[in-house]
This record gives sequence, C-alpha cells and structure tokens, in this order.
Amino acid sequence: MSAGAGANAGVPPAPGAPPALRRFHAARWEEPVIFELSVPGARGVLPPRPDRDVPELADDERVPAAVRRRRPPALPELPQQAVARHYLRLSQETLGADLNVDVGQGTCTMKYSPKVHDQLARSPRLAELHPLQDERTVQGILEVMYGLDLQLREISGMDAFTLQPASGSQAIYAAAAMLRAWHRSRGQYPVRDEIVTTIFSHPSDAAAAHVAGFRIVTLQPGPRGHPDLDALRAVLGERTAGLFITNPEDTGIFNPDIAEFTRLVHEAGGLCVYDQANANGLLGITRAREAGFDACFFNLHKTFSTPHGSGGPACGALGVRSILEPFLPAPVVTFDGERYHLDAARPQSVGRVRTWYGVPEVHLRAYAWIASLGAEGLRAVAESAVLCNNYLLERVRRIRGVEVPWPDRRRLEQVRYSFEPLRRETGIGSEDVGRRMADFGAHYWTSHHPWLVPEPFTLEPTESYSQQELDEYAAMLERVSREAYEDPELVRTAPHASVVHRHDHGPLDDPSRWAITWRAYLRKRREAGGGDPGGDPGEAAPDRAAERPPR
Amino acid sequence: MSTGRDAVHPYIPSSVPAMRDAMLRTIGVRDVDELYADIPPALRLERPLRLPEPLASEHDLRRHVDELLARNTSTSEALSFLGAGCYRHFVPAVCDEVNGRSEFLTAYGGEPYEDHGRFQALFEYGSMMGELLEMDVVSVPTFDGAQAAATALRMAGRITGRSRVLVPASTSPQRRSVIDNYVDGALDVAEVAYDPDTGLLDLGDLRAKLSDDTAAVFMENPTYLGLIEAQAPEIVRLAHAGGALAIAGVDPSSLGVVAAPGAYGADIACGDLQPLGIHMYFGGGQGGFIASPDEQRFVAEYPSRLFGLTRTSVEGEYGFGDVAWERTSFHGREQAREFVGTAAALWGITAGVYLALMGPQGMAELGETCMRLARYAAGRLSSIPGTRAPRFSGVPFKEFAVDFSGTGRTVAEINAALLEEGVFGGADLSAQFPELGQSALYCVTEMLTRDDIDRLADTLRRVLA
Repeated sequence: MSAGAGANAGVPPAPGAPPALRRFHAARWEEPVIFELSVPGARGVLPPRPDRDVPELADDERVPAAVRRRRPPALPELPQQAVARHYLRLSQETLGADLNVDVGQGTCTMKYSPKVHDQLARSPRLAELHPLQDERTVQGILEVMYGLDLQLREISGMDAFTLQPASGSQAIYAAAAMLRAWHRSRGQYPVRDEIVTTIFSHPSDAAAAHVAGFRIVTLQPGPRGHPDLDALRAVLGERTAGLFITNPEDTGIFNPDIAEFTRLVHEAGGLCVYDQANANGLLGITRAREAGFDACFFNLHKTFSTPHGSGGPACGALGVRSILEPFLPAPVVTFDGERYHLDAARPQSVGRVRTWYGVPEVHLRAYAWIASLGAEGLRAVAESAVLCNNYLLERVRRIRGVEVPWPDRRRLEQVRYSFEPLRRETGIGSEDVGRRMADFGAHYWTSHHPWLVPEPFTLEPTESYSQQELDEYAAMLERVSREAYEDPELVRTAPHASVVHRHDHGPLDDPSRWAITWRAYLRKRREAGGGDPGGDPGEAAPDRAAERPPR
Repeated sequence: MSTGRDAVHPYIPSSVPAMRDAMLRTIGVRDVDELYADIPPALRLERPLRLPEPLASEHDLRRHVDELLARNTSTSEALSFLGAGCYRHFVPAVCDEVNGRSEFLTAYGGEPYEDHGRFQALFEYGSMMGELLEMDVVSVPTFDGAQAAATALRMAGRITGRSRVLVPASTSPQRRSVIDNYVDGALDVAEVAYDPDTGLLDLGDLRAKLSDDTAAVFMENPTYLGLIEAQAPEIVRLAHAGGALAIAGVDPSSLGVVAAPGAYGADIACGDLQPLGIHMYFGGGQGGFIASPDEQRFVAEYPSRLFGLTRTSVEGEYGFGDVAWERTSFHGREQAREFVGTAAALWGITAGVYLALMGPQGMAELGETCMRLARYAAGRLSSIPGTRAPRFSGVPFKEFAVDFSGTGRTVAEINAALLEEGVFGGADLSAQFPELGQSALYCVTEMLTRDDIDRLADTLRRVLA
C-alpha cells in the first residue's frame, strides 16, 4: 500500500524548511468486542461480602417473586488483567488531546488540561464527598465553588453564576427556562415566544431553546460574514423573547455591532444570552456585560481547560445580571462572611436542570486554572490563542484548494475554512481529507450542519501550541492537499494508517441492520441466517481469527 | 517569574518572546492588538481583571487547593449512611485506572477512525447495560438519571401523541424538579400516590389517573424510598392497557438480583450510572442512561447519540459509528429530537469497565450483600425505643426509611448529634415528605461492615437516650 504517512520522516529538517512529517501509524490491536473475550466462570473483581454472622435473608425478605431476576445478566466474564488490557488497548486506539496537535476540532477549544488539576480532583476529600453531607463538613468544596463564581463574575461582568448545568447545551436550556420564567413573571409568555439565533451559533442554541418552548428564528450571515443589523431589525417584534448568540461565531469573525444587537433586542422587549463557547480569545479583553448581555455561559471544559472526558462530565457555567438572579436554578452557593451555604430557598427559581450541584470535580479544575493564571495570565491566554490562530491562518490559506470565506475579515480564535476549490478540482471533499488526516495522527473536523460554507473545516489552535507544532499541522494539511491533486484515490480510500479502515455507513442508517448493542448484533446475525448483519442475508459470518496476523 | 507581557507561562508556548515575535512577523502585524481591531473601543476592558495574584507555581497552587480540601470531611473518614440517589459503592481500581488514562480523559469529538477506541468502549458500555436491562438499544450517557427520566417522558409524549404523564408521588424531589422544568409546556405531570403501608405505588390511584391522554407511566424500581417495586409487571400491564408507555427508572446496582425492566415489559428504562464504579464527587459522579427495545418508533425519538457496530472496507474488521445521525440536533438543529451535546461519556466508559469486572456473579453478590446488610441494619435500628425501621412493609433493596417520630426528636437534631460522633445519619425526609413525620432515609451498601452498623445502632441509642 502506498500509504506510509510520511516518507520524508527521520531526516532532520534544514533550517527554514517545512517540518518533516512523522511516519505515524495508530495502534491497531484488532481488539475483539469484550463479549468475545469472555471466559465462563472467570472473575474480574470480588466485591466486599457481608461478615458471616450477618443473617441470611428470610423468604419474605428476598426480592419478591414477581420481580426476581431469573436469568443472570449475560455480562462477559473476564479475569482482571484481561479487562485492564482490553481497555488499555482501547485507550491506545483513542487519539486524546494529550497525544496530538489537537487544533483540528474547531469550536471545541482543545487546550492543555494541567495534570496537577487531575490529581487534585481525585483527592478523596472531593471524590468521597456525598452531596447531602452537613454543610459544615463540605466548607472546602463550597469555597471552591463560590470562588469560581466570583472569578467568573469578574471575567464576564455578570452578577451571579450557577454552576449546575453540566454542559453548554444544558446551560442553554437553563437560560431558555429562565427567559421563559422572566417573561411569565411579567405576563409576557407565551406572547413572547421567539428566540433569535444565528446559523453560525451552536446547534444547541436553536435546539435547546426550542425544547424550552420557543419558536426559533435563525439569522443568516450578511456580506461581512455575520448577520447585519437590518436582518435583526426585520425579525424583532412583539413576539421576541430573546437573542441567543455566539460572538465570535464559529467562523471566528467578531460581530462589531454586537452592542447594537443587544440594544435593539432590549428595545423590542427581549433579553440577550451570550453563548461564550468561543470565549478563549476574549479573556480580559471584552466582557458580556459591556456588550449589553443579560446572561452568558462559559464551557469550563473548553475555555477553562477542564478535560473533555470523551464527551463529559463538564460544566456550562451560567451567569446572569441581577434582574435574572431570582430565576437561577436552585440551590446556589452563598457566603455569609463566615460560612458557605447551599441556598435552596428561592421561590422564583426555574427549578433544577441537573441533580445536585453540577460537576464539582470540573469546578475545582477551572477554579485552579484561573487561580494559577491570574489576570495577566488569562489575558496572555486570549492573546496567544488569537496569535496562534492568525499564524495558522497564514499557513493554511496558502494551501492549494483552500478558500477562506470573507477573506478580508479578521479572525479571532478560530477559522472556518473551505476546501470547495479542492473538491471542484480533484473530487476530494472535506470528509475525505478528514479521514486522511487521521493517517497522520491528527484530528480534523468539518463543521456542524448545515454546511453554509461548502466543504468546511474548522481549526482552533488555542494557546496551547508552539509555532513549530502549528507548522506541523499545516504541513499535514498541505500534504493531503497535494495527494488530492496527485493521487486522489489514496485520499478517497483513507484511512490507511489509522486504527480501522473506511466504514460502511449503510448498516448504521438501516433499521434492519443497525446494531446498537452486542445483543442486537447477535440477534440480527441469527435472523440473517448466521451472516453478518452488515452484509447480505445468508453471507457467512466473517472468520475474524483468519484476518489476524499469525502469532 | 517575570511579570507583564514578557512573562513566559508553562501552558502558553508562544509566550516565549522570540516565538511570539516571529509569529507576528509571519502574520504581518506589529502587535497582537491589531488582531483585535474588530472589537470596538467601547467594548474593550481598559483595565486588568480584578483577580487575586496568581498562584503561578504548581506547588503553591497545590498547597492552596489542598488546604481548601482539608476543610472537607469525606465519607471515607466518617461513617456515612447517606444515599438518596448518590451512593458510596465499591470502586474497583481498574475503573479509576481506565478513566484516568489521558487518551480517554482528554478525547472529545474525534471521528470513528482515530477515536475508534472511544467508540468501541461506549458501544461496549451500551451493550453491557443492554444485558443488565435486557434492552437492545442503550444511548450514549446523558447527564444524569433525572435528565434521562425527563427525556424518556418527552420521548413517550412524541411516540404516543399524548400529553400527560404519571409519576410516583414518592419520587425524589430533585428528580421531580428536573422533570417539571424540562417538560414544561410539553407535558402535564400528575402524581400517583404511594401506599402508606407498603410504600409501593398505589395501583388503585394509578387506575384512577390513567386516561386516554396518558402518554407514560413512570415508575421507580427500587423506589426513591428504597423499596423493590414488586408490582412492576402489573404497572406495565395497566399502562399498556391504557395505551400508555411504561417507563422504569431503575438502580443498576440492583439488577443482579432484581428483574430487568426488559423482562417485565417496560418500554423505556432509565436511571443513574453513578453506582457502577464511579465515585460520588459531591454529586459530580452522576451520569444517565436511556434504553429501549430496538424498534424504530423508539430509536427515532432518542435525542442522544447512539453508537452502533458496522463493517469496514477490510473483511472481518469491526467499525463503530453513529446510528441514525440525522435524528440529532447536530444535524437538524431545532427540527431535531430535543438536543445533544457533551454529557457524561467518561462515566459511561467507567460503568462499562465496572460491569466487565463484576460479571454476572459480581452483580448478583452485590445485590445480595446490599439486601442482607440493609435488613440487618433495619433490624438493629428497630430495637431502639421510639424508632420504626423499616417504616414501610415493602422489601428494601439498599435503603429504608426510619421513622423517628416516636423519639420526640427531629431528624435534624438526631443527625446533628450523630455528626458529633463522626456519623452521617440518613437523608432527612421530613421537609419533602411531611406525611412521614420525622423520617430519614438510611442507605447501607457493601462498603459497610456489621461493625459499622452496630456502631450506628449503639450511637443512635446513646444519642436518643
């Protein structure tokens, strides 16, 4: 196969020469599904058992017959090391942010998560705390949560925060619920039932607000890459409940009219919620308050460095101006000058969006990150994120087949690019490029739908990478572009050096063949006459052992 | 460390002045400030943020945070009987090892090629949960059991086209609060009473409240008050007879001994993952699951991602990817089913590791141990004058209500006295279930010994004397 990721690796680059690409190959363990590793009777762990003199249960103390488990769950049975080895292999087959120049997952702010925070978060004095303990026994963690609230108030200019939402989407839902409650309290809901958002704001700004009962009005970008004031004026009116918007949007373009946006929405009788998913370039530079927002939220797992955890647990810290404070989800952490409290007595609260108080092990990490950086450090983060992004932009815009929409506009912390010229000239689209980038040990993400920018990809370098590392990422992209022009089949059939090969998407969208659990897979294989449910009915089940290298 | 613009920070490579200058030259600007030209002066913060001096050294930071955490007293230092939705169960070391692996800890939204291991681990998580629940479809984790229940109810509303849901009056007040907030405007929520003697759902009240507008009957098994819902098959039958779906909120730690919701015909199962190898983290260990049969009417209504198994261009190779992606709000924005995003994937991976370690025998032993210890504890407490334990005649799993009304003391007073002795008494039910008088919900898991329970009984006897 002509698929080595980098034939020129291993040679020291000449000064000023583009960096050599690595001869990368992902770990490929061909790891079976864990059920296939089962050894009947094996034990992975022995849970604690009661002392012998704790009496056995009497008949009427056992699980009532109507709901007694008759068949043991068909879980796999493995010795402990086999479980550990299986999962460590799966971890090796996962490209964590720690292992790559993770600038390709734009909008996700994949920055370095300091290791010391992970160690602190694992302290038994946090991990072994029960949420209903007496307040006197949890003063330390409450002080951390209150301290984070104060830090975020200063960073945003808001008057109070809730840390309860466990993600950005849940924060959007909480904000929408608060707008609903606020308008209700003034007799304006459901008269005011429209939320205005923009197509380059996160899909959840539309989706979660819709779940809360609002109709969604979506603004499209004008000639300058963001919606213009006339477009906004045209949709505002007596039904306007509020605005949910990111700025900069996922294009990386900052909307300079934002204060006028919030003014017009207020004038129409709505409130303004700032989705600060893209705040990384703004810390200490500009704040939600001065732009006229009534609420804002930060993804602590993005801007504030907490690890993404393969997709959570996380936190969408939601701040509000004092007019919305009575509606915050309860409880909130308060401080009486001496002790910290969980204040649940909030009669106008929208109620809860999540059990307990959010994700305190995430709160602790964000608190530690802000505490270690201080005001100057946060500003350095923002400026460096913008510097790195603009540096990468200079590199990437020169790659053949790349287009930068709205090329005369400045970008802050990320750029949504287009490979439309590449597709037109070679037939290779953005998804093809993404699969090939995996062969170099890199992430690459297209963008959320709809693809308003054709054949999109979104790069967000954050402050975490050096000039050389950004050069390396650009060199990979440049290499894939060259391949697309010279050997498009190589790109089209990628990946070649990743964990697995190109998927057949057919079974994933076909109800008769999709298999969301192993038991469903086995059932459908049986029903297909022993064949692979991904294949033709009756086709023999693949002999996986035959595919493996000889031992 | 130097300060000001030339300070070099360990987390910021381009804070090295020579590198920064070279990058600025490439961009063609003299100062980073020029890159901010689009932010109008009126919006610029013209002063430094007012934050405490940074703890720039890792050592200083660690000392500061350690000092804060030292003000906490954890359940590994005290003797705790708290449960009520968050549980201190045994966490095998392999669970912490795997969820601490930086590949999983720092991964996020990569594609199924370079992140194959993440997809496989979450597929396996769903598959093992599927065996526990006897359900063929299990979602990638949602936020917590409360959110899972709220979404299950909305799914039922969409599937049936009906607008009223029934939930037990005995459900956790905070779960109820999440549900009420989340279904506001879409569904009406009505309560079904619980039987004052057994503590189980009042079937007479259920029959009375079922109507042709009922989308779903939500039950809990075990109930929030700790009891195994012996009537679960009958509740399913009644729901179905009324044309409603039956949703079972279950504690997965019970499912080695209690029947799977799939076995008694529940349409949707949901609950919290936290008991499965995840520390409590002051409530941060919660993660939710939603499961159902593999029927299109259910699958089409999941908001969450669903990971499935497929084949690749290489014969015999497994690939894992998103099933029916176009359902999700990533694809359809407000036209989609609710919304999807970051939730609690790491806890899903962890729960998978836990179930692989425990196996069927471990789960059966866990259930039996909890039930024996809870029964022993209830017996010990019942011998204390003025207490009634267990409060209900239903069979407890790992929690049971204790009624202290006969002691003349409030639960708050009793718990304050227990705290002085290093004991965290059971969750106070008196504010949220006033009909139970001065009752508390005591939780006993496999982490406690007979000696621990004896110590509780002795301490309580002394405190109440």
